[in-house]
This record gives sequence, C-alpha cells and structure tokens, in this order.
Amino acid sequence: MGTRKYRRKTSHSEHGPGDGGRTGSWRVERPVLNESLCIPCKRNKEACFICWLFCPEIVISRTIPPTINLEYCKGCGICAEECPTRAITMADEADFSHEDKDSSCT
Amino acid sequence: MHMIENGNVAAALGVRRCRVNVIAAYPITPQTPLTERLSEYVEAGEMKAEYIPVESEHSALAVCIAASSAGSRVFTATSANGLLYMHEQVQWASGARLPIVMCVVNRAVGAPWNVWNDQQDSISQRDTGWIQIYCSDHQQIIDTVIKAYWIAEKVSIPIMVCYDGYILSHTYMPFDLPDQDKVDAFLPPFKPDYALNPDEPASLNTVTLPDVRVDVRGELAHGYMEIRYLLQEELRKTLAVAAEAEKRFGDIFGREGDPYLESYRTSDADYIAVGLGSLTYQLRVSVDALRKEGIKVGILGVRFYRPFPDEAVASALKGKKAVIVFEKALSYGYEGALASDLKSALYEHLAGTGALPAVQNYILGIGGREIHTDHLTQALRAAIQGSISKEPVWIGLKL
Ligand code: SF4
Ligand code: SF4
Repeated sequence: MGTRKYRRKTSHSEHGPGDGGRTGSWRVERPVLNESLCIPCKRNKEACFICWLFCPEIVISRTIPPTINLEYCKGCGICAEECPTRAITMADEADFSHEDKDSSCT
Repeated sequence: MHMIENGNVAAALGVRRCRVNVIAAYPITPQTPLTERLSEYVEAGEMKAEYIPVESEHSALAVCIAASSAGSRVFTATSANGLLYMHEQVQWASGARLPIVMCVVNRAVGAPWNVWNDQQDSISQRDTGWIQIYCSDHQQIIDTVIKAYWIAEKVSIPIMVCYDGYILSHTYMPFDLPDQDKVDAFLPPFKPDYALNPDEPASLNTVTLPDVRVDVRGELAHGYMEIRYLLQEELRKTLAVAAEAEKRFGDIFGREGDPYLESYRTSDADYIAVGLGSLTYQLRVSVDALRKEGIKVGILGVRFYRPFPDEAVASALKGKKAVIVFEKALSYGYEGALASDLKSALYEHLAGTGALPAVQNYILGIGGREIHTDHLTQALRAAIQGSISKEPVWIGLKL
C-alpha cells in the first residue's frame, strides 16, 4: 500500500499527535511527572495545564493527572521548562531502556 | 488594442490583466521598470492588488510563497544576482507546489559585476522544479504571462517567464494588449486546493521524514520522496497542459502556435540553428542570407525549456545533417545546458535510427558581449561545412 491516493501532493500536517511521524524515537530524555507537585493533582481540580498548552507535539492530555503519550513525545523538555512547580523533570532515556526489551534479558 | 511599449511594460500589463492580488519585488536592473510600473498601477488604484515592498529578493519570494499559500494570485520579478539571492525560496516554492509566476529579465551574474544581458541567471535555476518559458518578443511576453498563470494554477507548479534584458526589456515594439474580458474568460480566479485558514489550521512543509507516515486522520501520508516524485511526475505532464493552454488561448485570442518550439524555415532544412529567446530572431537575418546562397538552414527556438519537450525537439531535428546550438549561458565545466539537454533528447529518441544529427555548440553574448550578425553567419557556415568541435566554441572572444 502506497500513498498514491493520498489527498494532497504536498507536506501538509494538521495538529495532533503523529503528524510529524513517530517522533517518540527521537527522544533522548523522557518527561517524568511527579504528581505530588502537580497543581491539578494536588487540588483534584482542573487547573494550570501549562504543560498541555505548551507541548509542541500535543501529546500531554488535559486530564488529572496529565498523561504523556510516549509514542510521539520527542523529549524536547518544553513541558519541564514551563511547569511552574517543577512537577515534570527530564530523565535519561537510557534508564528506561529495559522497558523496551524482552523480559528475559533484564 | 495595439500599442507600442517596451518589454517590461508588456509584462506589467500582462500581470495587470491577470488580476494579480499580491506583488512583492525588489528592484534590480534590468527588471526595475517592470516593478516600478506595477507599483504605479497599484498606487493609482488601477490595479486592486497589494504591492509589498521588501528589503531583498529572498523576502520578495518569501512574501509570494506566504500570499500564495493563503490563496492569492501572486507575482514577482527579478534578474541575475537577485534571482541567485532568491535561490533557497525558489526551491521552496516548487516543493510547496505554489503557482507563482515570476518574470526573469535575463542578465549576467557576478562575479565580476555586470549588468548586461546573458541567460546564466535563469539557466542556473534549471533544476529547481520550476517551469521555464523563454520569450522572443513583446507579444510573447504579455501572452506568456497570461498563459503562465493558467498553466501554473492547473498543475500547481511555479513558472519563470524569461526574457532578455535590454534587448526585450528596454526596447519598444508593437504588440496587441489583450482585452480584459477575454483574459477573464481565459483565466478564472485562482482556487487553491487548500488556502491557509484559521478554521482548518495546518502546518505546511514542516519537517517531512524520509519515510511515509500515518497522519492524524489515520491515512498513509507521503514521505519527502513521494512529494518530490510527484513534482517530477507532474512537471512531465505539464507538457500536455501547455498544449491545452495554447489551444485555449488560440480559441479566445486568435493567436496560437506551437506551445514548445518556434520554427523558422525548418520544413526543408538540412541544418538547424537552436537557441533560447531573442537570439533566435536575430539568427533569422543570418539564415535568410545563407538561404539566398541556397543553403537549407532554419531555426528552432526553444520556448518551453522546463519541462524539456524532448519528443518535440527530437522529431523537429530528426534526420538533419547538423544542429547548431547557440547559448548565452553554460554549465561551467562542460558545455551549454541546452546543448546537453538536446543531445540527450536526440540520443533517447533517435539512437540507432541513423537519423542522429551532428551537434555543434556555440557560446556567445556572455555578459552582454555584442552579437554581430556576420559572426552568427560565419558560425553557421563553419558548422554547415563540417566543422563540429567536441568543446563548445565561444563566439566573439578576444583572447
Ligand atoms: S504544568 Fe506542571 S503543574 Fe501544571 S499541569 Fe502540567 S505538570 Fe501539572
Ligand atoms: S518533552 Fe514534554 S513538551 Fe516535549 S514533546 Fe514530550 S511531552 Fe511534549
């Protein structure tokens, strides 16, 4: 199956996760949420969501707690930079490498 | 209506007749009077267009790219180093498939600095994915601008309308100014597939990965390579669209010709001179002189240069004894680009048929070096007498 019948002849992306391709594979650092510092989690109310607003890949949900779709999160760190309470920190992706491997290898 | 004006004004009138919405240009000799004239039309309210003055040619084309993406019919024009300065945006415009029309008023490129005519500027942009059409007189300039919008908008590929600096841009010639209602009948308003729209937001031409991807709607979208292949495929199909444009233009305006090539005394010719632009008209004097001596020689002017009309070229040159290619530009390190393209077409279509003509390449008029008609006649005579060289021969060189 090719793209012959695709409706456009150009590079045209609409907003939404995945329209830049599988950008999750670009990640060298992963955003990790500490719910004890996250404002909507602490108040159990819709609030803040600055991370949701700033994420350029639109992969952070506007939910309590906010969740991050790692299939497309490219690891840019904007969410961690913008979070007013430092609830998001960037961790070395290598620390999670075991997750992608066969369990017998761990 | 018949009028006598210079080639830049013919181009400006064509742009005005096409009801262009946005013009962005930076003045450069010999294009300047064209954009000045357009700014006067806009200033006087004779043209309902936005004239956006910019600080450079790079910005001029960037403005056109943005305005075209927003659904406007746009125009720009440049020459020489201005075109070179635009180069990055030139490639962008074709990759983005925007039907921009740009006049290139041909002039030599620096270094050294030179403001006179040759065609190195547009020839150096041959491989950018734009359609290139060369004009030989003022009627062709105005008609080509009008046809160019129709073709460009049909195939979503930008077009350079090229004409020689000074020789055409600054000389006065009579031509017919097409009636506005006929131009309106020929050229409907521009309706893009997609125009930038806040209700349907999109990012255009952002980083596009080597491989295909599934888009947000779950459909398999092109990778970079598919998008580039489609540009090539549709450029090749543009040859048929140009023929359609010519027919349609003829039906409405009563002027019709070969969409790709302009022939002069070729039907019984054994020898054919080939060139681009006004030079092919100057060659007529030499050809007429040689014809008086009984030498069967004719001229093939290549009007449509990209996409290259290889089949039409090969069939026009089939079985000729020699083809003599005159060029005001070259692919440095080899030979004239037109000569190479032409040989490739001949090989493709005539190899093994015994109808392959010999090809002689002459380089001339570089940086405005005067082209003497007797030099052209001598050059033709030499090739006709069998003097075919491997390397291109420079005419008028005083080394
Ligand atoms: S920006 Fe920080 S505090 Fe605000 S919602 Fe996101 S993670 Fe929570
Ligand atoms: S690092 Fe944060 S801001 Fe960047 S893509 Fe991932 S979730 Fe979005």
